Amino acid sequence: MSNIKNGVNRRKVLKGATAGIITAGVAPTIFTKGAWAQEFRNDPKGGDVILGFNVPQTGPYSDEGADELRAYTLAVKHLNGEGDGGMLNTMQPSNLKGNGILGQKVTYVTGDTQTKSDAARDSARRMIERDGALIITGGSSSGVAVAVQALCQEMGTIFMAGLTHSDDTTGKDKKRYGFRHFFNTYMTGAALAPVLKDEYGSDRVAYHLTSDYNWGYTQQRAIKDATEAIGWRTEKTVLTPVGQGDFSQYITPILNSGADVIILNHYGKDMVNSLTQSIQFGLRDRQANGKNIEIVVPLFSRLMAQGAGENIKGILGSANWNWSLQDEGSKAFVKSFGAEYGFPPSMAAHTCYVQTLLYADACERAGTLYPPEVIKALEGHKFDGMGNGATEYRAEDHQCFKDVLVVRGNANPTSQFDLLEVVQEVPRAQVEYDASIFGGELGPYEVS
Amino acid sequence: MDAIILQVLNGLDKGGAYALIALGLTLVFGTLGVVNFAHGALFMLGAFCAVTFKKIITLEQIVLSKTELSPWGTPLEIRTPYAQQWFGDFGNVLIEYSVPFSLLLAIPVMLFIGIAMERGIIKHFYKRPHAEQILVTFGLAIVLQEIVKAFFGANPNPQPIPQIFMGAADLGVMVGMAENVITYPKWRLVYLFFSLGVIAAVFAFLRFTTFGLVVRAGMSDRETVSMLGINIDKRFTIMFGIAAVVAGLAGVMYTPILPPDYTLGMDFLVLSFIVVVVGGMGSLPGAVLAGFMLGVVQSLASMTEVKDIIPGIDQIIIYLIAVIILLVRPRGLLGKRGVMEN
Repeated sequence: MSNIKNGVNRRKVLKGATAGIITAGVAPTIFTKGAWAQEFRNDPKGGDVILGFNVPQTGPYSDEGADELRAYTLAVKHLNGEGDGGMLNTMQPSNLKGNGILGQKVTYVTGDTQTKSDAARDSARRMIERDGALIITGGSSSGVAVAVQALCQEMGTIFMAGLTHSDDTTGKDKKRYGFRHFFNTYMTGAALAPVLKDEYGSDRVAYHLTSDYNWGYTQQRAIKDATEAIGWRTEKTVLTPVGQGDFSQYITPILNSGADVIILNHYGKDMVNSLTQSIQFGLRDRQANGKNIEIVVPLFSRLMAQGAGENIKGILGSANWNWSLQDEGSKAFVKSFGAEYGFPPSMAAHTCYVQTLLYADACERAGTLYPPEVIKALEGHKFDGMGNGATEYRAEDHQCFKDVLVVRGNANPTSQFDLLEVVQEVPRAQVEYDASIFGGELGPYEVS
Repeated sequence: MDAIILQVLNGLDKGGAYALIALGLTLVFGTLGVVNFAHGALFMLGAFCAVTFKKIITLEQIVLSKTELSPWGTPLEIRTPYAQQWFGDFGNVLIEYSVPFSLLLAIPVMLFIGIAMERGIIKHFYKRPHAEQILVTFGLAIVLQEIVKAFFGANPNPQPIPQIFMGAADLGVMVGMAENVITYPKWRLVYLFFSLGVIAAVFAFLRFTTFGLVVRAGMSDRETVSMLGINIDKRFTIMFGIAAVVAGLAGVMYTPILPPDYTLGMDFLVLSFIVVVVGGMGSLPGAVLAGFMLGVVQSLASMTEVKDIIPGIDQIIIYLIAVIILLVRPRGLLGKRGVMEN
């Protein structure tokens, strides 16, 4: 019997098969970054990646919610390689290829927050537990954002907030699983105050009307601190019930109060009503302390501004983003959105679109959908080309830091959408603050 | 002193709206015995008559520009209102005065809606308990507001004030005081006089016409009037339509003060019911008196000097007064014996 030296024998077959199995099965886990073995909630395991869009579809903010949903739908299209790609073409750095997330197709489910915390938590829970949503994103209220964010922390599901402006969202109520791209009331104050000083001087007396809920308190505090720092005096701060409707009884005391600047810490319908009625009472036609009385609306939204009509002309405020910006990212987004829907996006739509892309990009960079690794990829991430210049997702509180817009109601609009003009793009450095000033704890990466 | 005068004016103005809605509610209750929770929705529908009228007269011809592009790359839309094209300067006047003009649209529309609502739904609930009437009319109100939201969206729809009524009138100067001591928005003054006018017209209609005489007789004793061969049901249906018109007109004229959205009716409904209860169920003068009284009290309670003593009093004062009046006068200020007491 002769030995077969160069032929195939049983031992060689076994060796080869073992090596092949090891190569095929183990090597990817060595060389592919982030091929995590951990089990996690709603792991699509190669199937579709399901995103949960939790927006107000009914109630007073449903128009804003509809715009958020339009932006999300567009983001999903772009992530899946459909359409013109929008900000996928301008985002820097970007690991998005238009082939879904990690090569898996992106789909979505929706929920209705109704702008009520309980309803928002219920719809978020339903999307996570029943529909298999991997993340929750959206919303038009800080109360809702804080409530849903807390739920998402408990459930180990990432929450990419929509429109939420209260300091608490990334302050005392911040969570490891919650991320906010939108700016906050502190940033509004820091951005607005120097412009107010330039426009109206440093010897002013302010009178605040403030919505009687969490966002109103933080907004009032931020503007009061910022304006007092430039030399203004605060005559009075008055809380007004949410959904007041007729503000006449709160406006008339202002007339002869000696205040020469009225600050309306209102949003949505309250802002529309208080501003409209302040103008009707002739506040802007009067003088106090030898100066023209001015009105300031710290947080402006184009959708809400439409409700105030002519009354917003010349009124100063701040915004997270405006469709008239001329950077490449904004232009790309406006082009995609406008071509799809026939009108420009709101700032709520912008923040939701950006949040979706940022999440997807973080998954690509992490190489996994495993939430703790995606969170780490988002923390401290620096990016550009998405509409507000160089931006950073600060690791300490999950707040995005970027340029803030000071805007003014457009006196000569060229179209029904051209309601706000950008007065100044306040640089990020001017609105940054120490993460510790608002307290709070992010909590753990791993949740059971 | 000037602060008190201003708050009284605020109260009268607000009270005008309360009184108009409460007047319609009382008319319906007094004639048909129905507790109509959809009455606030009629106020809202009236407001949306103004919105619709403005939308119609500001319909635009859209021409696509051959040279200019929109920011999203499609041909720029050049929009010109048809009213301007067709009527020239009068078209501009129509747009500026769209709110007063829309009263002309609101009267037939609200009359039709009122009669349709009564004949289509509410008449089937005359003999049902008040709780069931409340449920069905409240459900109807929700349906109506969702329909409005589906057509007009959730955002407020601002309506123009005619140029002549823009800004504030210096009332202080008129009575010899210094400038800018007592100023008040001109449109709110218009609204106050308008509400007084409508209230006077309703009372005159009921007091000085044969129709009104029959209705008042029917409110006192329905059976006897029917036995006289008068079709009282038909007249009561028309009264429901008139109540809808009153609420609708109140809504139309309120639109420049409060840009309307679909929730407008609900905002006024609860307060208007309190007005009816305080005034006395079924009492028309009571509804008017209570409307103005509660409006003024609410405004005075929100004065800083008052709130410094009792914080939050402005939020509860109306309910507090309602409780006190019902304890002292269970039938309300001008309520009659026997109404809702069986």
